[in-house]
Amino acid sequence: MSNAVSTAPTTAAARTESEQTGKRRAALAWLTLPALFFFLVFAVVPLAGVFILSFTSWDGIGAIGAAGLGNWFSVLADPGLYNALGLTFLIMAASWLVQTPISLLLGVFTAGSQRYRAALAVLYFLPLLLSSAAVAIAFKALLDPNFGLATGLGLPFLAQDWLGVPHLALGLAIFVIAWQFVPFHTLIYQGGVRQIPKSLYEAAEIDGAGTIKQFFHITLPQLKYTIITSSTLMVVGSLTYFDLIFVLTGGGPGNSTRILALDMYLRGFRANLMGPASVIAVILVLIGLALALFLQRLGGKDKQGSQLEGL
Amino acid sequence: MSTVLSNSTEEARVGSPANIAAAKRGVGSRLRQFNVPAGLGGWIWLAIIIIPVYYVVITSLKTQEGYFGQNPLALPTSPTLENYQLVLEADFATYFMNSSIVTIGSVVPAVLVSFMASFAIVRGSGRFLKLVNGLFLMGLAIPLQATIIPIYLMIIRLNLYDSLLALMLPSVAFAIPLTVLILSNFIRDVPNELFESMRLDGCSEWQIMWRLALPLTRPAIVTVAIYNGLHVWNGFLLPLVLTQSPVLRVLPLGLWTFQGEYSVNIPAVLASVVLSTLPILVLYVVGRRQLLSGLTAGFSK
Repeated sequence: MSNAVSTAPTTAAARTESEQTGKRRAALAWLTLPALFFFLVFAVVPLAGVFILSFTSWDGIGAIGAAGLGNWFSVLADPGLYNALGLTFLIMAASWLVQTPISLLLGVFTAGSQRYRAALAVLYFLPLLLSSAAVAIAFKALLDPNFGLATGLGLPFLAQDWLGVPHLALGLAIFVIAWQFVPFHTLIYQGGVRQIPKSLYEAAEIDGAGTIKQFFHITLPQLKYTIITSSTLMVVGSLTYFDLIFVLTGGGPGNSTRILALDMYLRGFRANLMGPASVIAVILVLIGLALALFLQRLGGKDKQGSQLEGL
Repeated sequence: MSTVLSNSTEEARVGSPANIAAAKRGVGSRLRQFNVPAGLGGWIWLAIIIIPVYYVVITSLKTQEGYFGQNPLALPTSPTLENYQLVLEADFATYFMNSSIVTIGSVVPAVLVSFMASFAIVRGSGRFLKLVNGLFLMGLAIPLQATIIPIYLMIIRLNLYDSLLALMLPSVAFAIPLTVLILSNFIRDVPNELFESMRLDGCSEWQIMWRLALPLTRPAIVTVAIYNGLHVWNGFLLPLVLTQSPVLRVLPLGLWTFQGEYSVNIPAVLASVVLSTLPILVLYVVGRRQLLSGLTAGFSK
């Protein structure tokens, strides 16, 4: 049996396989069943479920009743939705603007060959180890006006009511998000920089290009795909900053940091309005898909895989 | 020596005067060695990262009096471990166990079923496998948080509410797409001749999977295991929504409730932060490279 199979592939073109191999290959399908089971039950069904629940009314405990388009009308007419949408996009844009240049520069910096840079990198990556809850709790203590940084460093301007004033709380959230996620993107850029061929820099140096010219004419263009990957993760990831903001501000003061994901949680699990919360969830899914598709377009089709990772 | 070099470069790159190039090269490499702005920026960022970490660690070693009396950034005059004792007495050992169970109980099945699926997707053929692969790829775009309400409903209906299993099942499902993507990329890199030669030896696909594909993809398996492990370990939303009993709290949730109860005792709260991070810190010290590559699992290709 194995003789007949073995001689065929070596002579024939790679595409044509004996019937036996074909059967054997199709028979492998069952190996996907366990993964498929988990994925269908706990990902595909919930995704369909969230669309269905957006047309029902449910308090989280009792019976589920039909609500038609009622939830959609009430949520779309609710200024709270537009507040949350605006905040979500504001935090998304601000996070991108703050994190991208810092991570890019730090990525280039830590990819350098000097010893002290490698040593600094070890410390730079420390925030990656902390959970969002831990980071938020640490910063709450750190920003205590009397017993935190302001007193420690002797910088009175740090002694603000960070969690009590809307625009300060928003700025704080953006800063803490950057503190937590810049290391991750630094790591991505570091990997990207290390893959740029050394010969490009050698050639540029022979041509007399200085460090700054090299950065703008070699490093930046060569990092194009890395920038797109990092931006995709950053932008789509910003839809899910739930944990950090939930522990840090709880959405407050007022609703000034109540982003979409938080709005969904508070409507669903605090106000016990699962129907309207599902409407918000559907909106979240749609925004996520739209962003992923848009950013994938930017990157070209062949890089599809790495663009979509981590959504 | 330099004339020889610059002559050859002149030949290679027409139009760049050799001596100017050579002169600028000298300046350029010196600049790169002592890149002052970059170095300065690097140290400033270090301060931004380290000061909060430093503050958390030293404050966790202070007594309440020390916290109120001393300069916040000064080292504790009489360092104490009583905060840590308090945290441990507040059932953090239980939270730690719960986190470990949930993490292992999610990562092991997720990697196992994803590995089998990846092997089939790479080695097999046919419409069904293409469809499955497409489904998993699409799954990369589902944000977990958006499906929390139906998951909550399903967990209640399955009578799993307030159990550790409730945290594991969705975690497995959401780990599958990325894990399959990364593992199938690795299995694809295994030279076909290896598969062929094992087949000639009369091995079944099942044997080939365990004896050939598994050992050869070990680095990728470690990477995705770390990636998924960190996500589950630090996860907050699932435990917040799907559990209720104090004995079932995982670490992030335990942290959150602890800071709510002990909001007046900041040193103890920060001790809980340090303690909950300790296991991963140990991992970082032991296997930094593995951990860092696990964090970005395939992102920086």
